[in-house]
Amino acid sequence: MTNAASVVIEVQHNRSFGGASEKFLRRRAMQAAIARCILFAAAAASVLVTVGIVYVLVTESASFFSHVSIRDFLTDTQWTPVFENARFGVMTLVSATLTVAGIALAFAVPAGMALAIYLSEYARPGIRETVKPFLELLEGVPTVVYGFFAVLFVTPLLQIFLPELSGFNLLAPGLVMGIMILPYTASVSEDAMRAVPMGLREAGYALGYSRFRVAAQVVIPAALSGITAAFILGMSRAVGETMVVAVAAGQNPNFGFDPMEGAATITAYIVQMAMGDLPHGSIAYQSVFGAGIVLFVITLIFNVLGFYMRRRFREVY
Amino acid sequence: MASSPGKQPAQPELESIVRGNRRSDLVMAGIGMIVLLVAMALLAAVFIDLAVKGWPRLINPDFYINFPSRHPEQAGILSAAVGTTLVMLVTALVAIPLGVAAGVYLEEYAARSWITDVIEINVSNLAGVPSIIYGLLALGLFVHAFGLGETILTAGLVLALLILPVIIVATREAIRSIPLELREAAYGLGADKWQTVRLYVLPAARPGILTGAIVGLARAIGEAAPVITIGALTFIAFLPPPPVQAQPPFINFEWLSSPFTVMPIQLFNWVSRPQAEFHINAAATGVVLMVMTLGMNGLAIYIRYRLRRDAR
Repeated sequence: MTNAASVVIEVQHNRSFGGASEKFLRRRAMQAAIARCILFAAAAASVLVTVGIVYVLVTESASFFSHVSIRDFLTDTQWTPVFENARFGVMTLVSATLTVAGIALAFAVPAGMALAIYLSEYARPGIRETVKPFLELLEGVPTVVYGFFAVLFVTPLLQIFLPELSGFNLLAPGLVMGIMILPYTASVSEDAMRAVPMGLREAGYALGYSRFRVAAQVVIPAALSGITAAFILGMSRAVGETMVVAVAAGQNPNFGFDPMEGAATITAYIVQMAMGDLPHGSIAYQSVFGAGIVLFVITLIFNVLGFYMRRRFREVY
Repeated sequence: MASSPGKQPAQPELESIVRGNRRSDLVMAGIGMIVLLVAMALLAAVFIDLAVKGWPRLINPDFYINFPSRHPEQAGILSAAVGTTLVMLVTALVAIPLGVAAGVYLEEYAARSWITDVIEINVSNLAGVPSIIYGLLALGLFVHAFGLGETILTAGLVLALLILPVIIVATREAIRSIPLELREAAYGLGADKWQTVRLYVLPAARPGILTGAIVGLARAIGEAAPVITIGALTFIAFLPPPPVQAQPPFINFEWLSSPFTVMPIQLFNWVSRPQAEFHINAAATGVVLMVMTLGMNGLAIYIRYRLRRDAR
């Protein structure tokens, strides 16, 4: 309220001393113009971040691709950047990345759908209000902690049932990553389901449908693009997630989709190279950016697709 | 359905439909609850697993005042904790003013134009860029092109950029929830736009902005990937120079250009070692990290809860 008073005083002051008024107004207009410029600069600075990312990835990987042909990069199935006869088949890393992300989705899609249907169609508002903050807490766990959990808890646990599972494997980090993206996919799908107008549900109930049938035959089809968006964005997170795989998936670049064995993902490779203190400008240093640009393009495609789908469900209702 | 249109289904048939509906509802609600309980059990499992494994180090005061060491039973998190604190200081000082200013611009000033569209699409896209890509940005630009090196300043800057979208989005949502009447009242008193924003809108939006800043910083504390990429060391057996000193000018900025380590990197280093003794240290570090991040997230949820209750 002191703020309100100060404006009143400022204004009254200028009314009663007419001579000062013009000077005051000019000063105020100047302040407003400066403030506006600063605020705009801050907003524009966020664009510079994207420009910076694209600039660094393109320039550094341009010198990488002057040594390695893009064809070899995309078709070779060996990734041996520090060997004497270095080979750079990025699909080696991509195969492990997609395997882990696939396992994560295989867990997160059914679990996320069940949770979203429960929260949107069954849970009472009180329960929903308690559960959503809890899901946020789950999202706040540092990923390196999940990495610890994957390698020293989930892997030994799985080895009881699957004795042939390696100490480093793709299954455990994949499952843990599924847990990690579950809160996100569940809450985005739930938002999409809740955006479905009540009238559609009531039409279903008027036909004598059960809640389950309303959810399965009315709500899910109506919210499908939003739900798809949730899982595409979840996939993007799983592909870009670093610490879980860096800790638990091992560091051997193997081409293949076997979840029982360890293999380096794109992100794990970047971490592994960064730990090794690379000489600036060497081919191994540049290969990090070559791998980085592939990761950036994959996640960008998923993100654009996800945002597009999400916008579509918003426009319908 | 067996009955012809216009006719009511027979009583037993109706009852079996109702029973079937009840059963499917029960099954579906049950599955949802089970998933929920499993998720809760997993969060508890993560925490209990860490606490049990790290207990011998957690209760040992040396763990908090020792530097890392080759001997696992002597190793501590002092340099990592100090490093995290100083990096977060830089991150907060950069990300909060920048993010709030950008959020205010987008919500209060931006006219519908292609420039605004570009900025908005850009912010939502930045939120989806993997954190390790920010690390590559920092490695190529800050470390090598700008010559900032592998320092606290570089780490603070990259984490600030990483959480910028979080703070921008939170600021916008907080400002959007301020009723129009407040602005109209200010205009009615003769305030111009900037006065209205500065004296009324921002103070009213403060709790929402605070929530976003806390969530963003909690995320930054737990991030390891971008900091590893710039080449943060894991074995730091000294502290950066203190930011304050007894002689004039009393404030010292040398710490900004000091090598450092942070807690998630210390954890990563210890968990990657083959010796099981180091895993105890990793678990204990994990507990400290989880207490910090969950505590901060919990605080943010509490502030938002109070805000909603007061609004009613």
